[in-house]
Amino acid sequence: MSARDRAPGGESIPAAVLRVLVPVVLALVAGSLLLLLLGKNPFDYYGYVLERSLLRWGGIQETLTRMAPLLLIAAGLIVAFRAGIWNLGGDGQFLLAAVASAALAPVLIGTLPRGPVLILCMLTGALVGALWSLVPALLKARYGINEIITTLMMSFLGTSLANVLIKLVLSDPGTTVPQTRTLGVDDRLPRLAGTTVHVGLLIGVIAVILVHLMMTRTAFGLKLQVLGTNRAAAVHAGLRVERLTLAAFALSAGLGVWGSVRADWNPALGLLVVPLVFLARFNGYAIIGFTLFFSALMVGGETAARRVGVPQHYVLVLVALLLLFLALVEYLDMNRRKRRGAPGP
Amino acid sequence: MSALITEPFLVSLLFGAVTAGLPLLLAGMGEQISEKAGVLNIGLEGMMLCGAYAGFLATYHTSSFGLGFLAGGAGGMLVSLVVLELCIRRGLNQIVIGIALTVGAEGLTSLLHYVQFSRTYPRLAAAPVLALPLLDRVPILGKALFSHNALVYLGWVLVAGLAWLFRSTYFGLHLEAAGNKPAALDAAGVDVVRTRSAAVLCTGFLAGVGGAYMANVGAGLFVPFMTGGSGVIGIVLAMLARGRPLWVLIGASLFGASLAMTTALQVAGINVPTDVVQMLPFAVVMLVLVIFARHSVLPPALGTPYVRGER
Repeated sequence: MSARDRAPGGESIPAAVLRVLVPVVLALVAGSLLLLLLGKNPFDYYGYVLERSLLRWGGIQETLTRMAPLLLIAAGLIVAFRAGIWNLGGDGQFLLAAVASAALAPVLIGTLPRGPVLILCMLTGALVGALWSLVPALLKARYGINEIITTLMMSFLGTSLANVLIKLVLSDPGTTVPQTRTLGVDDRLPRLAGTTVHVGLLIGVIAVILVHLMMTRTAFGLKLQVLGTNRAAAVHAGLRVERLTLAAFALSAGLGVWGSVRADWNPALGLLVVPLVFLARFNGYAIIGFTLFFSALMVGGETAARRVGVPQHYVLVLVALLLLFLALVEYLDMNRRKRRGAPGP
Repeated sequence: MSALITEPFLVSLLFGAVTAGLPLLLAGMGEQISEKAGVLNIGLEGMMLCGAYAGFLATYHTSSFGLGFLAGGAGGMLVSLVVLELCIRRGLNQIVIGIALTVGAEGLTSLLHYVQFSRTYPRLAAAPVLALPLLDRVPILGKALFSHNALVYLGWVLVAGLAWLFRSTYFGLHLEAAGNKPAALDAAGVDVVRTRSAAVLCTGFLAGVGGAYMANVGAGLFVPFMTGGSGVIGIVLAMLARGRPLWVLIGASLFGASLAMTTALQVAGINVPTDVVQMLPFAVVMLVLVIFARHSVLPPALGTPYVRGER
């Protein structure tokens, strides 16, 4: 449905920037009205968000670090959505892969040097994620069973299984908190020179760009797009396996970022990235911008909420407003272009 | 094993299954109405959560459970009004709006709860129980199935009512057409947008009442994020049931049982992590799908906005 309405049009860059900026401003204004109703000063809140996430060096680094898993998940989703496949099971795939790679790393690190261990762990993460989406993929390819149901169910299974694994099998004997063994700081993903940002960010950016190029510039990408726009052009299992591997690549991100995984930790990143990917019109470059903004909001929102004295979940309201306004402006834009007599879909 | 088949264990298991299953049943039936009409309500979770909050608030202030359920329904409908305006009338992407609504409801309800109660979680009095005469004297089943809040029985009646609505009324037929071939419904002179709007409002109401039951009767209090994925389970149940309300009831009971299982096992003195038990229903369903895989039956127009004259 959407791949078709949102086919990348020949949109000028200022128009594209405007299409994003207007909803952001609207969301911030609506959010401040809410803050005013609560008797808080919205400028304080936004000031803190900005200061914490983008104006201080430490904050910038944290913002960039948090972008890494979002970017990888987004890279996977671009492929799936452009191919017209609704993979809503990102959470389970992500968590399970994170757990697998977090469990593997401390074991391997004793016997192998850091480089191969990290690569092995990422591959394991990708593989686990891919395996987890294999069942929905096969059911969809063979029998046309709706992937929304199956990926959602596998997602539930995945998060539960991840919890079980952490609590029963992989927990660190050193602490009573159910978590996997912590990987030494030196053994995590190497950092970019002079910062605390690890190379995961680079991997994420590269993955998104590569996926974008693959989808827009290669025959394989075209095949997937065809699949997305015209279901009748047969769903091939062979095509899907590729996307799964990529979607799964997203998952390995967990490893470098946290070093250890705690039970009941579910950032629900998978589901939150979904609307971002949509609203970026499946465009890789736009997604990088969206994730930066989103990550800054998440990093800054927590501190700002504490300082201003609203619960930190206020940031969720902001995210929701942002999504609503983005979708609304997108809609108005589409209408305007239709009225101008642009060729219909 | 024989220790498990004792009366207290069975009663607590079945009783818990019904209590935990009712919100899923209501939300699942609500979602089924929408899906039949071709609207995918990913925001079901948000509707339940708003219902839970509104319902709790009403009962907290009036100490009437009936008003609480109605307020819960109204809270859910409030969320579905957004779906109605943005997705049905204007044709915005249903998945984006659905996720936005769920996230927004999570944020907004915890914000409102914080403003009113800070970090306290006041408890409600126990909900009134309507024991069905005679039936409640049946051993085990009487206590487990027939000594619940009146809403539980209403939910069961609704299963039959909905099946009748789908099968034998014009409205049910219109819903089906709106999901299968909206253009045909339009040609027959029935307003597609209005049919879908009605469906979504029903969904909001039912999900909201389900949420209110979860807060007021199931938990006896409101905690932010308390629906914890029930909405998603509701969506899955509705899709698996393929348009048949009875299957939503079966599914909801199965899930309710697995949610209640942990507590019941603790009563019997066995400790199993919640996660293991909660995996069971999904694992079973996936297994069934893999073994007996058949083509799924979903309305062809599911998730697509209807624009008159567009092909």
